[in-house]
Amino acid sequence: MLKDKALEHFQDEIAQCVRCGACQAHCPVYLETGREGSVARGKIVLAAALLAGEIGLDERLREEIGLCLLCGSCTAKCPNKVPTDAIVAAIRRRITENQGLSVLGRGVAALTGGSKPLLGALVKGADLLAPLLFTNIPEASSLRLRFAPAALKDRSLPPLPKRNLFARVPEFLEGDATQPVVGIFAGCALTHLYPHVGEILVRLVHRLGCSVFLPRTQGCCGMPATSSGNGPLVASLAKANAGAFAGRALDCILTACASCHAMLTGYSPATVHWPAAELVDIHVFLLRQGLGKQLAARPKWPHRFRVAYHDPCHLRAAGITRAPRDLLRALPQADFVDMEDSALCCGLGGTFAAAHPDLSRAIGDRKVAGLRASGAAVIASGCPGCILQLQDIIDRAGLAVRAMHTLELIDQALTGPPP
Amino acid sequence: MLTEHILQRLASIVGPEHVATGTVDRITHSFDATQQQFLPDVVVHPGTTEEISRIVQLANEERVPIVPRGAGSGFTGGSLPIHGGIVLVLTRMNRILEIDPDNLIAIVEPGVVTGHLQKEVERLGLFYPPDPASKDFSTLGGNIAECAGGPRCVKYGVTRDYVLGLTVVTPTGSVIHTGGRTMKNVVGYDLTRLLVGSEGTLGIVTQIILRLLPKPEARKTMLVAFASIDGAAQAVSAIIRGKIIPTTLEFMDGAAIDCVRRAARIDLPLECRAVLIIEVDGDRALLAGQAQKILDIVRPLGVLETRTAETAEESEAIWRVRRSVSPSLRALNPHKFNEDIVVPRSRVPEMIRLLEAISARYGVPIVNFGHAGDGNIHVNVMVDLDQPDMKDTVRRVLDEIFRTAVGLGGSVSGEHGIGTAKAPYIAMELEQPTLAAMQAVKRALDPNNIMNPGKIFPPDIAEHTGCAASPPPSLDPYHA
Repeated sequence: MLKDKALEHFQDEIAQCVRCGACQAHCPVYLETGREGSVARGKIVLAAALLAGEIGLDERLREEIGLCLLCGSCTAKCPNKVPTDAIVAAIRRRITENQGLSVLGRGVAALTGGSKPLLGALVKGADLLAPLLFTNIPEASSLRLRFAPAALKDRSLPPLPKRNLFARVPEFLEGDATQPVVGIFAGCALTHLYPHVGEILVRLVHRLGCSVFLPRTQGCCGMPATSSGNGPLVASLAKANAGAFAGRALDCILTACASCHAMLTGYSPATVHWPAAELVDIHVFLLRQGLGKQLAARPKWPHRFRVAYHDPCHLRAAGITRAPRDLLRALPQADFVDMEDSALCCGLGGTFAAAHPDLSRAIGDRKVAGLRASGAAVIASGCPGCILQLQDIIDRAGLAVRAMHTLELIDQALTGPPP
Repeated sequence: MLTEHILQRLASIVGPEHVATGTVDRITHSFDATQQQFLPDVVVHPGTTEEISRIVQLANEERVPIVPRGAGSGFTGGSLPIHGGIVLVLTRMNRILEIDPDNLIAIVEPGVVTGHLQKEVERLGLFYPPDPASKDFSTLGGNIAECAGGPRCVKYGVTRDYVLGLTVVTPTGSVIHTGGRTMKNVVGYDLTRLLVGSEGTLGIVTQIILRLLPKPEARKTMLVAFASIDGAAQAVSAIIRGKIIPTTLEFMDGAAIDCVRRAARIDLPLECRAVLIIEVDGDRALLAGQAQKILDIVRPLGVLETRTAETAEESEAIWRVRRSVSPSLRALNPHKFNEDIVVPRSRVPEMIRLLEAISARYGVPIVNFGHAGDGNIHVNVMVDLDQPDMKDTVRRVLDEIFRTAVGLGGSVSGEHGIGTAKAPYIAMELEQPTLAAMQAVKRALDPNNIMNPGKIFPPDIAEHTGCAASPPPSLDPYHA
């Protein structure tokens, strides 16, 4: 995998870029800035110049390299599949190695690294993300940096839960002996911010007959650390997560967060001995287990609402676009509509939203027209980060739409009021 | 290098945030799709015609080269700052100012991406036909500078056929208006046509009046597999003789099919040596009949199989075959010389046979595909330049290809332009008095040769007429 390869070893990939410009049509950042340094092609030329010693890691270079959501849109549409996201991540690691972590990067490290993750520890206290809380957090705390007031100002945030996922479900749920034994990698957001979705994930899979293992020692997947160029932290998180699942024979490991899925798929086999179990996105898994047919067999509700879908970049890049739509189409309580620009990035992009709040919002706002035209009452997605960002986009646009995880809608279909 | 004084004046015209002189910005504006690199001295992002006029006046006074740039996706070096100076990036000027369904026109700024305009006009049931392969990222300003074409040109013509009027900043900084909002207009010289395809050497287009059409109701896509390239080439002529103009008439030769086959599974008969992709558009009720007529015409010409798309997905599957050609070429050899010669439609079979002979004679793979319907063939010479004497071989191969095309009454470039890449070959096609007339126009409008200097005219011709300076590269490989 490319996730921990040094910039020097990307020479061949860099040479594959033919400068055609096709990436311009798909880069969310370029569509806003119109600047060549924002787009994959420009970054590849900079990477080549960096390797040739024509430029150094100066402030302007750091700025341009910072302007990337690592969404992978460019790679997906590149005729030669140049892995720009991996190359940008490698440049960010080099910047970190040479100049230390950025203020934001230090915040990420404090939050997601170490034995007692700060995000988990502080969420227990209650409204972690509420801007008010910042008056109570010491100036030196990294929390101020990760969720900087500039990024949070006027932002729609979910009401924060009192109990996290681990307090809601047991570590192991025994299922039917004929059904798969699955591990669940919940990720920070489904553990702490949206634990009710995490709980649906665990219980739904158990209800389908599977035995479910949710190890307590799992931590952050490492996406924010990747985004901020912290290679060593990514490696140690990967090791810890591999260790968390090592003790048990599993048929597969499930994720319900697109970014976690992308991150775990990319763990380097050179540094991490990841369990042999297949890593499967929840949508794909549920369809495999026949849930699509089960849902479609249920009587349609008489009063249905319209539901649209937002493609998380990290599922789209993995080629997972049909499974979530198939599930949504099967819902008895809703009519699915494929909105225009469903595949446009929401603009969150790891630490991008914190580093570039205005640009992040401008990128996100491109979703509004398609969503409005779709007439949907709910926009579903398969990534909690996207859901957080989508609700913020919706609220600022004044639309009467709710952003929900696909799992919440499935749960509603299975447990909601009978038609 | 530019003086501090000039940089300060630039900053005062557009604002300091739109002027960049750092190495990072100069590097990210040093290239286009030719993969050649030339560093500009300064990168400027203007926002209005007025600003551009003042910048050009300054450049003209100070004798600084100025190069307009859109998406920087050209194939012939049109936006390369080969003499340094100012790169003027027009992406900030990306507004669609007006779409007028009564008069069937659109007024746009040069930085509007072609595909974006198409999407917007199609919402209103209108149609902007030119469709270069780069339409999802190339700009209308760039399309006008190069007179871009595309597959649909068979039926609808090229960019120049849709430009009614322009606002242009001339190389001395004057703002002029050519043409207008009407289809008919014979007042004065047709400067619009002069400027379309002038490759940014005669001025900077800052506003564009485009002609639109009603959007065709439906289209139908067909794939026809042939046992030989001759059959496919004859089919092209036969269709046209049959008084049918399809929307697109794309072909792939045997070498192209082999490349696609190697890269992916494609569902084509093994003995297939040529493919035509034919699309017709218009009223839904008429399409089935047209499609049938075309199939009847081509059937006797060694057809192995025909496929007609019934759904949008099936149509997309057919086009995917055509689009997979370019990316699959690199399996053949690392370096690609992508030429876009054009010959009269009736000479396509002859041209293909001669290309095959050239390929055999020099022992280099030549893969041909492209717009058979208008005679525009994309000739891809695939080589490994690290092999001994290969550079020299390529030079001779290209030379021969261009001579052959011109000999058949064709041209060295159908839609990519001349820029720096094709400049060495221009004299094969244009005789001396013609070139002199063109250069007289250039000198009259750009007395100080500041506007995209060193393009179109090769150095030896340009030198004693004062239209160029140092020699541009003569051999531009594309890494396949």
